[in-house]
Amino acid sequence: MPTFVRTDKCDGCKGQDKTACMYICPHDLMKLDMDGSETGHAMKSFNQEPDQCWECYSCIKICPQNAIEARPYADIVPLGASVQPLRGTDSIMWTIKFRNGTMKRFKFPIRTTPEGSIDPYGGKPVADLAKIAEPGFFNHNEQNGYRAGDPSELICK
Amino acid sequence: MAEFGNPEVVEEEVDILLIGGGMACCGAGYELGPWLEAAKAAGHDLKVKLVDKAAMDRSGAVAQGLSAINTYIGPEQDPADYARMVSNDLMGITRDDLAYDLGRHVDESVHLFEEWGLPIWKTDENGERHDGSKGLTSLKDGGKPVRSGKWQIMINGESYKWIVAEAAKKALGTERIQERVFIVKLVNDKNDKNRIAGAVGFSVREHRLYVFKAKAILLAAGGCVNIFRPRSVGEGQGRAWYPVWNAGSTYAMAAEAGAELTMMENRFVPTRFKDGYGPVGAWFLLFKSQATNAYGETYMTRNKEMLDDYPPYGQAAVPASCLRNHLMLKEMREGRGPIWMDTVTALGKLRETLSPREVKHLEAEAWEDFLDMCIGQCGIWAGENIEPEKKNSELMPTEPYLLGSHSGCCGIWTSGPEDVGAPTEEALGEGIPEHLPSGWNWGYRGMTTVSGLFTAGDGVGASGHKFSSGSHTEGRLAAKAMVKYCIDNADLTPELDTSVEDLIEEIYRPVRNFLEHKDYSTAIDVNPNYITPRMLQFRLQKAMDEYVAGVATYYTTNEHMLEIAEQKLADLKEDALKMRAKDLHELLRAWENYHRIITAEAHMKHIQFREESRYPGFYYRMDKNFVDEENWKCFVNSVYDKETKTFTCFKRAHKDLVDKSKLFK
Repeated sequence: MPTFVRTDKCDGCKGQDKTACMYICPHDLMKLDMDGSETGHAMKSFNQEPDQCWECYSCIKICPQNAIEARPYADIVPLGASVQPLRGTDSIMWTIKFRNGTMKRFKFPIRTTPEGSIDPYGGKPVADLAKIAEPGFFNHNEQNGYRAGDPSELICK
Repeated sequence: MAEFGNPEVVEEEVDILLIGGGMACCGAGYELGPWLEAAKAAGHDLKVKLVDKAAMDRSGAVAQGLSAINTYIGPEQDPADYARMVSNDLMGITRDDLAYDLGRHVDESVHLFEEWGLPIWKTDENGERHDGSKGLTSLKDGGKPVRSGKWQIMINGESYKWIVAEAAKKALGTERIQERVFIVKLVNDKNDKNRIAGAVGFSVREHRLYVFKAKAILLAAGGCVNIFRPRSVGEGQGRAWYPVWNAGSTYAMAAEAGAELTMMENRFVPTRFKDGYGPVGAWFLLFKSQATNAYGETYMTRNKEMLDDYPPYGQAAVPASCLRNHLMLKEMREGRGPIWMDTVTALGKLRETLSPREVKHLEAEAWEDFLDMCIGQCGIWAGENIEPEKKNSELMPTEPYLLGSHSGCCGIWTSGPEDVGAPTEEALGEGIPEHLPSGWNWGYRGMTTVSGLFTAGDGVGASGHKFSSGSHTEGRLAAKAMVKYCIDNADLTPELDTSVEDLIEEIYRPVRNFLEHKDYSTAIDVNPNYITPRMLQFRLQKAMDEYVAGVATYYTTNEHMLEIAEQKLADLKEDALKMRAKDLHELLRAWENYHRIITAEAHMKHIQFREESRYPGFYYRMDKNFVDEENWKCFVNSVYDKETKTFTCFKRAHKDLVDKSKLFK
């Protein structure tokens, strides 16, 4: 399901410091056509290698103009369906349109804390260099998740 | 002024270099912080850099999200149980030390994910399931997860990577992160060829070449996708099961640096929803669905006796993944396909006991399973008018994948923990090169056989089933060990064994090939002086598919077919020097495909060396179509000689560190 960019919506992220879809695509597929020489549409982005698209939807989810959609793989899927998300800060809404017109809508949580709020080392102990060669992490069992295991299970020890 | 073909060179010297930005390097980035502080207080001010070819928010295998965390031990299970499961699923040949060590540490990472904001499903006191936004007791404080299997827990994981990356980015600080730079080659030390000294790569955004010198390097750049011809060859070829950007860079760069590889004959052929490769785990384990042949017969029951051909691995409560494929393939080969996932019956049964509200929730859960991690499958359902409660879906085994973090165990031979009873020496068998370490640990957890070169996640071979949480955990273990390595080797000054001029020459060769010859023909892609990375990849995929047990031959090969493959790969490797790159994007593809060729060669050489069929259902050597416990219950390892450009394979002894007979009681 390669992504495609709507000419009527994409603004080339003019007001942003970088093009969102180019920034995020894990496979370097999205490209801004600065002068229109590649697509006929200046200052709009496009998927430069659709058959390498994993359909991860990263570009669709991040686009500030909701200008990117996906058209299911033409060599596999009958025409007419669409799957489109609207990603917020704590949840994502999906609209699924079937070839036969059936519609489904779902909303799922995506995170329980405000974006950008992670305090990586807040309230955590400092590392003890004397223990660097021992099992466990810097915050040894601060998360109550270290599973020491039954020593008798280790038959060669 | 830098321009295409004439890059600006940026040289940087660090102590620790992290290559990759996925779960493993995010784990490393997080764990490093406090150890760096502690090292600084002790007089060691260590410099760190993370280099990612993409953007950390959405890089690696978890870019799209996940609907489950597949490795969570929980307070009720023992790391030894986990090591046993890993071993049996991979037909008995795994390193218990690595699996056990991961098992005892992994929940520490999972609990952090929840603290950072990852919604984890919970079961309430009445046994009802709730999504992770409802504020139920956290796992850390004894909350009950929703198990979709013995080791798996369900999550609302659309933003899983975004969350984990936020923690890693904050921990490292933006000044220590370089995105959109593709490292393509490691450089050994001038004074010790078995030591790492640096890495080199290029920006895919600017005409810049980066040369890093480093004491310790964590190479964690994922597994390998698209070395075999995929089932979909048009637009759909991007819809690989594992992420299409995993190009074998981990294995290829490690091999060229001289690191010992292990179990590169192993592969994973997941059975998934056909064409979209949607996950089946929740369908089998959470919704209790059955997979059948065209006539409604459950192949796992119909062909049960076939499991007895592979004792003891077929006789565990959950037979090895490859054997489940083996039973299914019989139905396909004998013309009783297609294979169906019977979603209609499964959901029908569940609805019998549920309220309308719960039925609606169940439907949402079924769709979320795909929407969180494999959206393309929803596109197929919508395009083919499939509502799972009304219409069943086809299953299909995919093209083969090489990885070390999922149900696969290929990768790099790494140093394990020292306190779990692993062998510290072994009689060097015939053929083990003398410079390689003896035993399963040599001082630094996660270090490869090249001093200073570490790996994690898909890079660590002979283990498997670590998944997202386990890869994060392995990154953290390696981070600690790298700090120790840098402190222990404070006086070391890495020196590159190759000049910067030679490195530029090599890395920009595809660009030169293009600039030099582009005006020879009128059609830019048809030119006898170069080959496009795209066509080179097709050649690789065709050879691997037809001769090295791809889907074309129903995963079968033999020594004669492998001999042909060997010649074809040799030609391909020669022609790789003639790849062209018309822009930076194509230079990225050129190097990805070079890494794929080296990885494919390792896979082929290992299959050729192992004279048995250890993974029936994943591949069959039809000339040795049996599991030979007497001669081949051992690791097959290899080293690559970058001068002669050849792999040498050899055996290493296997040993159980936990009692496997408990699986069969």
